[in-house]
Parts: sequence; C-alpha cells; structure tokens
Amino acid sequence: MKVLMFGWEFPPHMSGGLGTACQGITKGLAKHGAEIVFVIPKMKVKKSRSHVRLLDCEEIVLKEYGEEISETRSLRMKTVNSPLSPYMRDKEYIEMLKKGIIKQEVESSIVSCLSGEYGPNLFSEVYRYAQVAGMIALQEEFDVIHAHDWMTFPAGIEARRAIKKPLIVHIHALEFDRSGIHINQDIYEIERTGLDAADHIITVSHYTKNRITEFYGISPSKISVVHNAVSRHESQAKYQIKKDPAKKYVLFLGRVTFQKGPDYFIEAANLVLSKEKKAHFIMAGSGDMLPRMIERAAELKIGSNFYFTGFLKGDEVEKAFAMSDVYVMPSVSEPFGISALEAMAYDVPVIISKQSGVSELLKAAIKVDFWDVKELANKILGVLKYQTLHNEMAHNGKDELKNIRWENAGKKIMDIYHSVV
Amino acid sequence: MPSVCFYFQVHQPYRISKYTFFDIGTKHEYEDVDKNFQIIQKVSRKCYLPTNELILSLIERHKGKFKVAYSISGIALDQFERYAPEVIESFKKLSDTGCVEFLNETYYHSLAFLFSRTEFDEQVRLHKNKIKELFGQTPKVFRNTELIYNNELASHVEKMGYKAILAEGADHILGWRSPNFVYQPKGCYKIKLLLKNYRLSDDVAFRFSNRQWDGFPLLADKFAHWIHQINASGEVINLFMDYETFGEHQWEDTGIFTFMNMLPEKILTHPDFNFVTPSEESDHYDPVAQIDVEQFISWADIERDLTAWMGNAMQKEALERIYSLGQKVKKIKSPELVDTWRKLQTGDHFYYMCTKWFSDGDVHKYFNPFDSPYDAYINYMNILSDFSERLHN
Repeated sequence: MKVLMFGWEFPPHMSGGLGTACQGITKGLAKHGAEIVFVIPKMKVKKSRSHVRLLDCEEIVLKEYGEEISETRSLRMKTVNSPLSPYMRDKEYIEMLKKGIIKQEVESSIVSCLSGEYGPNLFSEVYRYAQVAGMIALQEEFDVIHAHDWMTFPAGIEARRAIKKPLIVHIHALEFDRSGIHINQDIYEIERTGLDAADHIITVSHYTKNRITEFYGISPSKISVVHNAVSRHESQAKYQIKKDPAKKYVLFLGRVTFQKGPDYFIEAANLVLSKEKKAHFIMAGSGDMLPRMIERAAELKIGSNFYFTGFLKGDEVEKAFAMSDVYVMPSVSEPFGISALEAMAYDVPVIISKQSGVSELLKAAIKVDFWDVKELANKILGVLKYQTLHNEMAHNGKDELKNIRWENAGKKIMDIYHSVV
Repeated sequence: MPSVCFYFQVHQPYRISKYTFFDIGTKHEYEDVDKNFQIIQKVSRKCYLPTNELILSLIERHKGKFKVAYSISGIALDQFERYAPEVIESFKKLSDTGCVEFLNETYYHSLAFLFSRTEFDEQVRLHKNKIKELFGQTPKVFRNTELIYNNELASHVEKMGYKAILAEGADHILGWRSPNFVYQPKGCYKIKLLLKNYRLSDDVAFRFSNRQWDGFPLLADKFAHWIHQINASGEVINLFMDYETFGEHQWEDTGIFTFMNMLPEKILTHPDFNFVTPSEESDHYDPVAQIDVEQFISWADIERDLTAWMGNAMQKEALERIYSLGQKVKKIKSPELVDTWRKLQTGDHFYYMCTKWFSDGDVHKYFNPFDSPYDAYINYMNILSDFSERLHN
C-alpha cells in the first residue's frame, strides 16, 4: 500500500498535537507494511536553494527522531516551501506578512513561480500548496491519498484530481473546535468541500464524528473513528525528579486559546488555593488568551502560586509532565486530546473534560464538564489530598496505556485503505 | 425427594449525596434524600410490590406447598418504612402465610465481620430485633453481606446459635462435589451450610433475557425440566438471587413475572419435588461432608472473592479508615453519629470504587451511580474527612 500523505507539521518541527499524531499514525501504518510519502509545508528556507531544489523530495532519515532505520524506507518526507503553520489564523498570517517574515521566503519560493501570483492571505497559500501537491502526486505511483485537517484538503483534492486515486481525509480538529460558534466561514467551506470530496473520512473520536454529521451534513456511514494513541519514549526515565513535598504541581499544557479552556483552569486554581496552599499551578503554552490569563491571575492574587511558562519545547515539555502531580485538560471542545495520554505516560493522573474525544477512550481518568469549575477544583483537590487516589490512577493509567497503541490505530487505517482502493 | 429452596435478597443502600471538598466542615448531611426516595418508589413499583403480590398468590394457589425466604437488609427496611410503607405491609402479609422465612444479616449490609467482631455482632443483633419487631419471627438462619463466607465466619455464627448459614457454591470450594447437598462447615458440629446452585440461579438472575444465551428463551417448562434432571444426583437445589431480578434487573416485558408465575406448578408436577425454606432444608437434610473454606468467598463477579469491595488500594484505605473511627464513635454515645458511621459501612460504597473493569466492569458500571471509581472514592473520602472532623470536635 503506497500512501501519499499531506500534513501540516511533523516532529521535531511542530507546535501542537497534530504533528505527534501524524508521527504516530505513520509509525503505526509502517508496522502494517504501508509505504508513505509525507508532504509538509516547511517554513525555514535556505536562501541558497533554487526553486527547482525545493520541489525535490527531501529525504529525512528518521533515525534523527529516534526511529529505527528500517522504517526509513516506509516513510519519506517531502517538504513544500510555505509559511503555513497549523494553528495560524488568517489574521496572524497577514501580521507576519506585514512584518516581512513571510515576504523574505516568498522571494525564494518556487511556489510563487508556479502560480505566477502570490495571494495576500492564508487561503491563497493553502491553494498554492495544493498546486504543488498535484505535481508531487504525479511523480510517483500511489494507491491512496490521505490528508490531515483543512489546510491540506485542497492539496488532497488536487492530488485526487491529478491521479484519480481515493482520498481519505482525517479530521483532528474542526473549525468549530478552534473557534466555537464564531467560525471563519472560509475555513468552514474548505472543510466542507474536503469532507464532501473525500472517499472516506477518519475522525479521532466519536465526539468529532457526531459534530461532522451535525454541522457538515455528512452521512455517518462515510466516517470511521480511529482513536489516537501514544508512544512511550526513552526520555521518560531521564526525569526522575525529586519532588518537594511542600509543593504540589497542577499542570495545564496546551495552546492558551478559547478551545483549551485556560480560563476555567485559572478559576479552578483559585478555588483549590482556598483549601490547599501547597498547590502550585503551571500554565504551559502560548496563545491569544495568554495576556488575559496573566491579568486574571493577578486579579485573583494567586500569582505566587501560578506560573506561566510560555511555549515549551521537547525536553521542557517532558520535564513539565514529569514534575506534575496532576494534569488538567479543561478543553471546551477537544476532538481528541493526545496530551492526556502523554501525561499518563509520565505516571501523572489526568483530569479531562467530558467534552474531549479522549474521554471516550480512557477509564483511568477523572472526567468533568469543562464549565463546572467547582467540580474541577474538587477533583484537583481529591488527587492532591488523597495520595492513594494519585497512586491508583498513575498505576491504572500505565496499565491502560499498554493497550492504546499506534499499531492498533495503524491497523484500523489500513483496513480503511483496503476498503476504498 | 429433592427440595427446591428459594432465597431472595432485598437490599437498597442509602445513596450518599454529591459531596465536594468544599463541603467539608460546612455540610453534615450525607444522604441524598431525594434520590433515595425516588429509587425506593421506583423499585417498589417495578419490583417489590408486584413480586410480593405474585409470591402471595403463588403461596395461596399452591396451598402452602410453595415457600420462599427473604433476607432484607435493615437499611432497606428503614427506607421502606420512610418512603414506601406499603412494601412493609406486603411483606407482613407474606410472613402471615407461614410459608415465608426471614433470614438474618448485618443491619447495614456491611463488611463488618472482616474488620470488627463486636461491630458485626451488634449489627446482626440489631437486624434480628428488627425482623422480630416487624414480622414476629426470630431468624434461625444467617447469611452474610454478599454471601461473604469462610470457616471462621461459620464457627462464629454457629456460636451465635444459628442452625444454618448460606454461601456461594463456588467451583473452587466444591471441587468435584455438587452444590445440591447440605454440607457442614469445617470446624463446626451443628450448623449446616447451604450452598447456592449458581448455574441455575444465574440462569434466572442474569441470563433470563440474554438473547445470545443458548438457553434463551427461558420458559418455566424448560427450567423445571433442568431442575427435575437433578432428581437422582442431589437432595437440594438452592436458588439464591437478588429480589430485584423481578421487574428491575429483568424488566417486566422480558416475561420474568410470567415465568415465575408458572414455575412452582411446573416443578411440583414431578411428585418427587417440593419447596422448602432454608430452616426446613437444614432440618430435613443431614450434611454429606465437610467443606473447608479458608479464604473468604462471596457471590460477586467471576472471582467469587472479596475483590469487588477490597480489590484496590482506594477501597482498602476507605474501609480501614471507616472502621478505625469505631472506638471514637462509640465513646461519644450519640445514637445519631453511630447511625451515620454505620451507614457509611454499607458495602455498596466500596463496590462503587472497584476498578476491575475488564472482566466484570459492565455489571459494576450498571450499578454505579458515579462516573468512575475515582469519583466514588473522592466523594466518600470527602464525607469521611468531614465525619472524622466532627468526631474530633
């Protein structure tokens, strides 16, 4: 099975859960014999490169990411020069344009030559990416095209048109998740077009499947659910952090945006601190709500027990998980929520919102409604105060993760491929 | 002449209310009164009242040849008195027929035997008095919470003067032997051991409406035939089950009432068969052998052991903590505090904290009012924190 896959990001160059998921999915598929060419937009461009070079596929030896060399044959990376980044808003894109961050790259970009014009917004960028996608598709033989989230849907559709092979679109998050009811209509349209054009749809949860049938009018029979998983990495052992018994750490890790519910985390923190002075709260991540969150912590006068770390990278993330006593994911709308599984991999008990896809899957987790701040605080206090509960959850979480493997997800996706080709 | 013995367990715990960490020190009411009222009303309507009526009509129709036994937990009786007194009245009517025996158990449906003998004795005594007061019978047969049982319990109960004790006819205690005889507990000389025939009992209690089961549909004829097959190979068939099987676990539309309505007649068509109460069974039959049960057994889950209540660290801690408060509670001599303490001993609270999801998880989930075992544990421990604070003040 030869797969042409379109994504947004891939470790180590990434900013969110999508890259982690794509890495896991490709690993899982490779175990079942899939051969994958993975195409991503790449922001860092060396000026010396000509446009022809840029179109060349860039072989990335996966050993670099701690993978086995034997897997390199089943997964190759191609990059397309584009400033696209998964969580970017149209507004941000224009900002970047103004600041000249993008302009510089544009000058050296093949893509602009291809289309002969350069669009001033994110959407034309998405369509330029799509045109390149069509060309890549024609370079080799593929059995199936697999596109991850809206930004790659035009690419997937273009590739499908070019080579007439089935298109699978994979939904990790919807515009409705990212923006609540104030959706960007253009993104919604791209999503809907992709969902309509697809031969089959994969969602990361039943939660997301239901939203697609409800908001996009897609027949449920066209949608399969494949839950995400988590890989255990060796680095965990590195962080045997000595914990200060006088401090208990409660972690929020994710983009500080509406979707992730950081405001509920702060309000719950305030309630917890009224009962437990040992509690310390970490908000790791950045996003448009961050300034407001910093102000709110100050208003509540809980600053001395509340830390804002900004965006964390690789080993900083690992350290944050390793030092935490409980991980909280109060997402307002979370198609999956892979970070909950990552926390569990560090033996950290997790409290997750009922409005998350991962809550369908997990038993060794405490689940609350994101809006129920008092209940969230109650449950945080429970984990912090009752050591037996903490240990029991850590232990059960570890057991549960043994059965949540990318290999199983890969198997399901392979079955879907076979059903469409 | 083989005898069929029906014993039905009637129990409803006091459901505790949602109790957060922020309630500690401010709210001292732990019962969810509305919920308890609603559940008692609902189960009375669906199960207790119609089933009692059916059993009464069967006793009348068969002119005393059909007999049954009940064990009704003290806290279930309390709740009937408060929320559905007509249920008590209908049990009294059954008692008046002379064909119904009431068994003795711990008043609070607790695991007290595992933690405190004095507390166990006290709860058994309270229950005995309650049965005497309501039904005018002095119980002669004992059954422990969830059929938890071992040699030690049998010896203890023998000394208390009971003529028989009930237990699960678990494969691992019986080995090659059959549950269809009366036995004697190891180390005992008088008391008899009546073992549940779990296959036949669970055919009714669990499998009755299961379309995947090859015995489906279970009609009275068929079931009576299975019982008649035991004729030469056994003396007793003990059918022990939750009373809520009728109308609550197996809904009325499964045909469970019709089944029960026909069953005694079908069993009695065979002239060798009759019905007995547990007391009569132990009077009529001699033990064929001793049964040695060192480790505790119960009637729960596939394991038939204590893991449904004490299988993980949360359950053990919660149980140890509630019993560790015993001395302090009794010293204060407040009947209200003692009652609260005992209500917190009810086995159901610990059952909700069970984490054995992969085998019996579904049954546990069905009976669990909490979202997860962790929620159950946090709620219970919050209440316990408040309760022990009150004791210290």
